[in-house]
Amino acid sequence: MSEKTKKTTLWELFISFARIGVMTFGGGMSMLPMLERECVNIRKWATDEQMLDYYAIGQCTPGIIAVNTATIIGYKQRGIMGALFATAGMVFPSLAIITILASIILRFKDNSYVQKAFEGIRIAVCALILKSVIGLAKKADKNMLYLLVTLGSFAALFFYGLSPILAVLFTIVIGIIAYYAEKTKK
Amino acid sequence: MIGTFVTLFTEFFKAGLFAIGGGMATIPFLFDMGEKTGWFTAAELADMIAVSESTPGPIGINMATFVGTRVAGVLGGVVATVGLVAPSVIIILVVITLLDKVYKLASVQTVFSFLRACTVGLIANALAQVAMLTLFDGYNILIVPCVIFGILFVLMNIFKKIHPIIWIAIGAITGILLL
Repeated sequence: MSEKTKKTTLWELFISFARIGVMTFGGGMSMLPMLERECVNIRKWATDEQMLDYYAIGQCTPGIIAVNTATIIGYKQRGIMGALFATAGMVFPSLAIITILASIILRFKDNSYVQKAFEGIRIAVCALILKSVIGLAKKADKNMLYLLVTLGSFAALFFYGLSPILAVLFTIVIGIIAYYAEKTKK
Repeated sequence: MIGTFVTLFTEFFKAGLFAIGGGMATIPFLFDMGEKTGWFTAAELADMIAVSESTPGPIGINMATFVGTRVAGVLGGVVATVGLVAPSVIIILVVITLLDKVYKLASVQTVFSFLRACTVGLIANALAQVAMLTLFDGYNILIVPCVIFGILFVLMNIFKKIHPIIWIAIGAITGILLL
């Protein structure tokens, strides 16, 4: 990949990621195939392995995975401006669609059919979240300590109203302690 | 008014900084935000989650735009979205040259394994909050919603390939017909 046939333009970055943004529903893992198609097969901005690496980094950086991946690829192509254009592209369709939709929904929100529909939708959302919690739990590494962290963070929020930010910070501390405890044992 | 924009930006900046593990991970922070600011109730947030899942784009971004628009109009949507994205863009730009190495460090991998475990607990709490409103009324079980929930959940696990948007549509129809 040493020879670059043509320099990527900022506009191309914006358009490519906007297209990914429009065509994927749900975010997260469901975006990977689209990202691969656009960035690996069509634009040749990255190889398959690089893509997986970027995705892994995107997951380990705070924030939205798909957006993080866009930022990284944009940066690798055109530096800081590239990163900003790719990120803006990824975010733009959501901004446009939701802004329009929000005003429509707010206008009809007192209609009784709309209210009933949303009551039903909330039930579906419960089932969808439960499904993704189970999916995440299956993917997470399994041992007693992790289970304790999961249950502990749930209980701290549910029963004591702890802020999720504190839960995250606390978990980082536990993780660091666990790493060094493991290391000294060896 | 300026104050609202500043609060929107800082609240979403915090969510962007501490939500690790993608779109769903932002939900617990939004619940916290709703409680603290009174901008929206848990039920309203559940509706926003549904809309965000049924529209194109990353869920987290959709929710930020939605919440921002609700609180302070179109500009609010932009401010909230920029706030959510800003921390990761800054982090990636500042440490990108180190990032490949940093994320392969054993210590960082360990911390992230713990964080993934924590995220499961945080999202489970968000689920419990929505469930308390839709499936329970305080400590009373709401029978019809619970039955619908059970049937939907079983169907979801049988027909795994079906997109969430279809389930949300089914939820809407069931709501109009049965609730």
